[in-house]
Amino acid sequence: MAQTILQIKNLHKHFGKLEVLKGIDLDVRQGEVVVVIGPSGSGKSTLLRCINYLEVPTRGRILFKGEDVGHHEVNGRMVPLPERALDKQRAHMGMVFQRFNLFPHMTALQNVVEAPIQVKGLDRAKAEALGQKLLARVGLSDKAHQYPAFLSGGQQQRVAIARALAMEPDVMLFDEPTSALDPELVGEVLQVMKDLAKEGMTMVVVTHEMGFAREVGHRVLFMDGGVVVEEATPAEIFTAPKHPRTREFLAKVL
Amino acid sequence: MSEFLQHSQRILPVLLEGMGMTLFLTAVSGLLGTVLGALTALARIARNKVLVVVASGYVTLFRGTPLLLQILFFWGVMGQVLPKAPGYVFVIFALALNAGAYIAEIIRAAIQSIDKGQMEAARSVGMSYGMAMRRIVFPQTFRRLLPPMVNEAAALTKETSLAMAVGVLEMMKYSQQFVSRTGNIASTYIWTAAGYLIVTVALTSLATHLEKKLEARG
Repeated sequence: MAQTILQIKNLHKHFGKLEVLKGIDLDVRQGEVVVVIGPSGSGKSTLLRCINYLEVPTRGRILFKGEDVGHHEVNGRMVPLPERALDKQRAHMGMVFQRFNLFPHMTALQNVVEAPIQVKGLDRAKAEALGQKLLARVGLSDKAHQYPAFLSGGQQQRVAIARALAMEPDVMLFDEPTSALDPELVGEVLQVMKDLAKEGMTMVVVTHEMGFAREVGHRVLFMDGGVVVEEATPAEIFTAPKHPRTREFLAKVL
Repeated sequence: MSEFLQHSQRILPVLLEGMGMTLFLTAVSGLLGTVLGALTALARIARNKVLVVVASGYVTLFRGTPLLLQILFFWGVMGQVLPKAPGYVFVIFALALNAGAYIAEIIRAAIQSIDKGQMEAARSVGMSYGMAMRRIVFPQTFRRLLPPMVNEAAALTKETSLAMAVGVLEMMKYSQQFVSRTGNIASTYIWTAAGYLIVTVALTSLATHLEKKLEARG
């Protein structure tokens, strides 16, 4: 059995009085593709954003390769860990955002090579060779010197994936990567993600794309109201969902 | 009409001399104000509460009181400490502090107008807060800063005229002296207005041009 790379233990998140996550437990193994589905407001995006600490959890633990992310508990109290440690951990977790968040003042290639050069200290020539290779991998070799404003949404999201891959992450986190795209552009992004999964990338994907979940996911989590309601293989959850809320949700979206 | 032209011939060299000091006051206090404003803007968005309070206090004080009062205050108070320094030094001090307060707000607004997702994307690839600010957020603010900063320079140009209150020989003071010497109120002030307009119109059209150019780049 493959090694566990990501562990989430009893994760809670409050926004003021609103409790968005009510105790999430999740283990992700190396090479696994975990797909998180559920209605909006179910807490699935917040869960993903807590994993790399863009959202600070209220309680609970996140372990990345066995090490606490962001804080650790001392006598039941949350004690923040140094930012520098967090920066290092984030460098090994790729994140893809719903709205791409490409750096608009940089070309596609500059977006991809920025972190390898600035964070890892890779020399420019090596970084650009890597950047070109990654842009080729997402099918955008010819767009290397274009600014994001001149790329379609699907192209921007593929550059964003290349940017995340450039740090050679151990896990990729996808936060509704196709939700902001025109329908005809969804396919090209999903294809890149499918290829990544085939190559053995560990992935946690929050999505409304049930086809992707069914085809690519090793495990599907259905979240609702801040808890994981049901967790199963795609075959199980899509053909014989056990929980009535899962059935209700799937009946609406399928 | 010929009388007007005659007067004009005599006024223009006088105004030109004042224009030098006007541009000098604008440039020096503008540069100092920009440095001060940038530091203040960073302090206002810092995590350190003391910095935030000090910076906010400064901005409130200098935006909430008349510039003329500030000039008179620094000229009077600092003039006692440094009696040999020329008056324009204190005026520059007051103008820079005043401009710095306004520029701080311009810069802060520009930084905060950058989509939060930019910082998140930068942090998600392992950049520190400082690096993300330097490499990702600041470069995007420069483009948004240019037009309001040029407008601020135009405003500052006009504000230097308050230096006449403490006897600094800039364009307004020369103009006023010329009026009391010759009695040519209308033509003198019309030419003085033209002198300021040349500078401010040049600056604002530069701002408009930059705005259009930056828009085109998307």
